[in-house]
Amino acid sequence: MVRPSPAAVKTERLLNLVICLLYTRRPLSKARIRKLVPQYQDSSPDAFDRMFERDKDELRELGIPLRTEAIVESFEDDLGYRIDEREYRLPDVAFSADELAVIGLASRAWSQASLAGPAAQALRKLQASGLERDDASVLGLEPLLHTAEPQFEAVRKAVVQQYAISFSYRSGRDRALSDRKVEPWALTNWHGRWYLTGFDQDRQAARVFRLDRFSGKASKLRKQQTYHVPAEHDPRAMITASQSGTATSAIQLRLRSGKGASLRKQAARITTGEVWDELTVEGARLDRIVPDILSLGPDAIVTAPEEARVAVRAAIQRILSTHQGSEA
Amino acid sequence: MTTFESATERLDRLLTLVPWLMTNQGIDLAQVAASFDVSQEQIVDDLQLLFVCGTPGHMPDDLIEASWEGGKLYVGNAETIATPLRLGRDEALALIVALRALAASTDPANRDAIDRALMKLEQASGESGSVANRVSFAVEDDQNAAHHLERLRSALSDHRRVSITYLAASRDESTDRDVDPMRVVQVGGYWYLEGWCHRADDVRLFRLDRIEALKVLEQDGTPPEHATSRPIGPGVFRPSEQDELVLLVLEPSAAWVVEQFPVESVVELADGYLEVGIRVADPQWLTRLIWRLGGQARVISPASLVESIRHAAQKALAMG
Repeated sequence: MVRPSPAAVKTERLLNLVICLLYTRRPLSKARIRKLVPQYQDSSPDAFDRMFERDKDELRELGIPLRTEAIVESFEDDLGYRIDEREYRLPDVAFSADELAVIGLASRAWSQASLAGPAAQALRKLQASGLERDDASVLGLEPLLHTAEPQFEAVRKAVVQQYAISFSYRSGRDRALSDRKVEPWALTNWHGRWYLTGFDQDRQAARVFRLDRFSGKASKLRKQQTYHVPAEHDPRAMITASQSGTATSAIQLRLRSGKGASLRKQAARITTGEVWDELTVEGARLDRIVPDILSLGPDAIVTAPEEARVAVRAAIQRILSTHQGSEA
Repeated sequence: MTTFESATERLDRLLTLVPWLMTNQGIDLAQVAASFDVSQEQIVDDLQLLFVCGTPGHMPDDLIEASWEGGKLYVGNAETIATPLRLGRDEALALIVALRALAASTDPANRDAIDRALMKLEQASGESGSVANRVSFAVEDDQNAAHHLERLRSALSDHRRVSITYLAASRDESTDRDVDPMRVVQVGGYWYLEGWCHRADDVRLFRLDRIEALKVLEQDGTPPEHATSRPIGPGVFRPSEQDELVLLVLEPSAAWVVEQFPVESVVELADGYLEVGIRVADPQWLTRLIWRLGGQARVISPASLVESIRHAAQKALAMG
């Protein structure tokens, strides 16, 4: 037989410890635990102390609710340990076959992303009761989540555990790097990108950061203060607000017939002509619609308002001058 | 793959494996290994570890029973750990975040199972579930796309062909196509239909919010046998080696182009300017991008593209 590796010995010890602490009704003293868990018996008192402290931490890290309680019968205020079975076990929630099927989808959605392991483990736990999944009810559906940004895990941990982080951030406008200190509030995916919302300590204001503009590592700040996420925090509203401009009055434009399908989709009115169609677009933001109009090149002409007409013409003028005599 | 499993990671698996085996007595070793995403040898190793563990006393009667004779697995005498450990924080978060994203993009009339699953899951995960609020997929409310999704699901289960009017954003034109649906995939907050397009005679992806009209046809919609799904990454569109290489100089304000599209090369020039190489399958798409940038991008090569942009700009100025 292959000799057990040191890790296997430790797994045995931890498993026996968990079983022992679940089995007992009353808290067990350290001395008692040492007698009851065979893998503790051979170690010196000092080594046992250190080992037991570490084991306790690791079990709690795993989410095992290990309680420290006073031992009632003891004359001195001795502390004992146990695991409350009701706190430990997965609540007895019965999922129906179609519910398990969508949970299966949710679990597989992470298959190419950072939480693939926990997502699969969660599904196994929920299925341990032997219920069948009705996968036919979700046939052909395949949600996929992606967390390609290298700093996703570091930021997610900070958001979940609520601690401030520092990172180097590249501005979207001029690509300049700056160091930021941020108290994370939420991590949100919007149109395929991850955004961190939080409080920027240097700027003393709420800010939005794109995870793909992080440069290098995000690390936990050495000086931590407790902070609270504002109750009314709406990450999506904050992200969209950070991207928006101001709305303009109705825009009049002419499109060559058959061109500009996406602008036509936005139009409130269209009057068709032989070569040119007249469109009115209401409530658009100038900074958004000018690029849309420009992208049509000579197939679109803005007629009103004057500011839109000037903006488009100036941009075309720039396109012309940047491409004049540039053939090397 | 030389990552070693830590003792706690293994413990985590064992605490799930035992309840799982107790309700599935006699299950095949191969099936267990596949479900737990480990080798069969690992599962046998796990069982060997289990039967030297047990309740205090560790007399033969106290130990867990485990056997794998003939590839059939049995576990007994493990009542103390017969129920799985409750969901950990990351586990609850993973499922809840993905389910909420799914719910947000599904027609309310058809997301009964998702809503029920979410409610039970939030109930089952208690406090671990509450942190899930801090990580989310915000999805644009698009009733149209949600409608299409429902009809595509029924087309998929009935194996029906669909007819769609699709607005291809890169070309800015609408086309009618007949498609045999293969699957519906959600990537980066958008749903895509992947199917055999009879117009292209190939597998194509269609973003649901760009489908202007969708009809489920009476015809059989089983895709041809050689139609195979493509792996879909974070960027749905990948350039090909055969595509033409275009060189551009971007002003600092247009640097977002580098983040938005798969580029071949980036060279930082003085004052934050970037020289970018980009492979382009469709020159029309690139022309539209250059125009959209309104002078923030200058094409260096090929010369024919420079010429056509200049010509079009002169024409546009003469008209307006």
